[in-house]
Amino acid sequence: MTTLFQHYNYAVVIVLMMIGLYVVFSSSNMIKKLVGLSVFQTSVFLLYISIGKITGGKPPILDPKEYEGHGGGHESAPAAAHGTGHEATSTTHEAVETGHEAMQDATHAAADTAEVIYSNPLPHVLILTAIVVGVATLAIGLALVVRTREAYGTIEENEIDELDYCDNLEGHVG
Amino acid sequence: MVHSLPVLIMELGFMAMLVVVAFAILRMRSLFAIVMLQGVYSLLSAAWFVSLDAVDVAFTEAAVGAGISTVLMLGAMLLTDRDARIISTKQKLGPLIVVIIAGLAMFYALGDMPAFGDAHSPANAGVGADYIAATRNEVFLPNVVTAVLASFRGYDTFGETVVIFMAGLGVVLLLGLNGNAGKWNAKPNGQCIAARNKPPMKIASVPKPQKPKPKRQVAVKKKVAVKKKVAKRKPAKPKAGGTS
Amino acid sequence: MNQHLILQVVSKMMIPLIVLFGFYVQFHGDFGPGGGFQAGVIIAAAVILYALVFGVDAAKKAVPPSWVRIGMTLGVLIYGGTGVATWLLGGEFLNYTFFAPASTHAAGQHWGILSVELGVLCTVTSAMLAIFYAFASRMPDLPDEDW
Repeated sequence: MTTLFQHYNYAVVIVLMMIGLYVVFSSSNMIKKLVGLSVFQTSVFLLYISIGKITGGKPPILDPKEYEGHGGGHESAPAAAHGTGHEATSTTHEAVETGHEAMQDATHAAADTAEVIYSNPLPHVLILTAIVVGVATLAIGLALVVRTREAYGTIEENEIDELDYCDNLEGHVG
Repeated sequence: MVHSLPVLIMELGFMAMLVVVAFAILRMRSLFAIVMLQGVYSLLSAAWFVSLDAVDVAFTEAAVGAGISTVLMLGAMLLTDRDARIISTKQKLGPLIVVIIAGLAMFYALGDMPAFGDAHSPANAGVGADYIAATRNEVFLPNVVTAVLASFRGYDTFGETVVIFMAGLGVVLLLGLNGNAGKWNAKPNGQCIAARNKPPMKIASVPKPQKPKPKRQVAVKKKVAVKKKVAKRKPAKPKAGGTS
Repeated sequence: MNQHLILQVVSKMMIPLIVLFGFYVQFHGDFGPGGGFQAGVIIAAAVILYALVFGVDAAKKAVPPSWVRIGMTLGVLIYGGTGVATWLLGGEFLNYTFFAPASTHAAGQHWGILSVELGVLCTVTSAMLAIFYAFASRMPDLPDEDW
């Protein structure tokens, strides 16, 4: 049960995803399918963003005082040693790491600022792109539904299947 | 606990409302109500995003999901139908089984996920922290998300811009920038499929009143021609499937 | 008496403010939440509001479809052009530091980010407007009884 209390956000997101997926699978109306797809997409975004949340964190917008050394004055910036795992390996940013060790020495001098924790900004970037791509695919899907309606006279999937079946059975009517 | 008690109650409220709205979308048949509920769902998730410290994402989700997306769906709904048909129970059974199995599998995997708000999870302890530090040292912008989006991951944003362009292009190709103003309807092989071979025993459809419009006279003639064919074929063909 | 009088008067007052807010979000995307996508959608929403209250034809006179067509491509060109400009200045594609190599406070980065966000704004606004015009100008197939 403690697992559920620690992971309640994932549980809710799973329920939402399954409802959205069920709407996509079971409805035969194409617009309702697209709405279900949009619900499913938004639930997946919730999953990613909730992974990036850090307890006691702030939105990832830096306090301008932090880099006030606008001219190489890194030493004067009260660098909040971002405690979430600078010990962790990161081979791609060695230059940043060395800079950080220098700043970590500086923070012991500038000890008046408390540690400021920011939530992880990377999922936000990914989901921003995903939202916009989602609306792009929705627009094209809706345009296809409009054209389907004009060709078949209906947007119910089973009726379209019947019409196609009759069409294939009889070939081209003269 | 991740949050203080009032914030926790607010988050639980958002979650409960989201589940209720999703369930209502599932059960409704009026397309107008479904589209409106989809806008409500987007707004509620934008509110939850703010609670999860994702302010940029909340902004975008509110503007795009609750704004543009609702308008586009309403526009498409105007050009198509107003109601969804009832689905037979047999048709619902398969998807229900698939969804239940998938949901149970995901709940089984729940234990392996990092705890909510964990600062040392693999997602939060790696590259994310480095981006904040790199923005502080190299780019000197307060908004880390903009710096990452436009500078560190600018190539991906280029691709995203091209995707939006392609979406606009695709819709304009499908519908025309002026909508072709009803001047022509889709006619594969020169004939409208619906008028060509309607299933003969479609008693459920109400005959539409045929108003004498100059653009529609071609369609009226086709309907008359199909009715003659249907009258000839009626004794031979059995009822084609059940639309419930 | 026009039955939509209140809507028309209020939206005439609101639409300039919405556009202004859109530009605010665009240029303050560096300092707070915002950026090109949000601003593009907000400005498109302003034009869509105008179209909903005054009619699609009035909106097409205000923002003609030819502008929209050009705007879609212009945004992508601005973004790609920023990358090509850094090429020509000696760096890699989209490496903004080469806009101001001598700066100590990353002015090159700021210029580059401003430029690409402008490109994103153009494309997003024009694409959303193009999609709206495509849907709104299509004559519905059904007669009016369904309303």
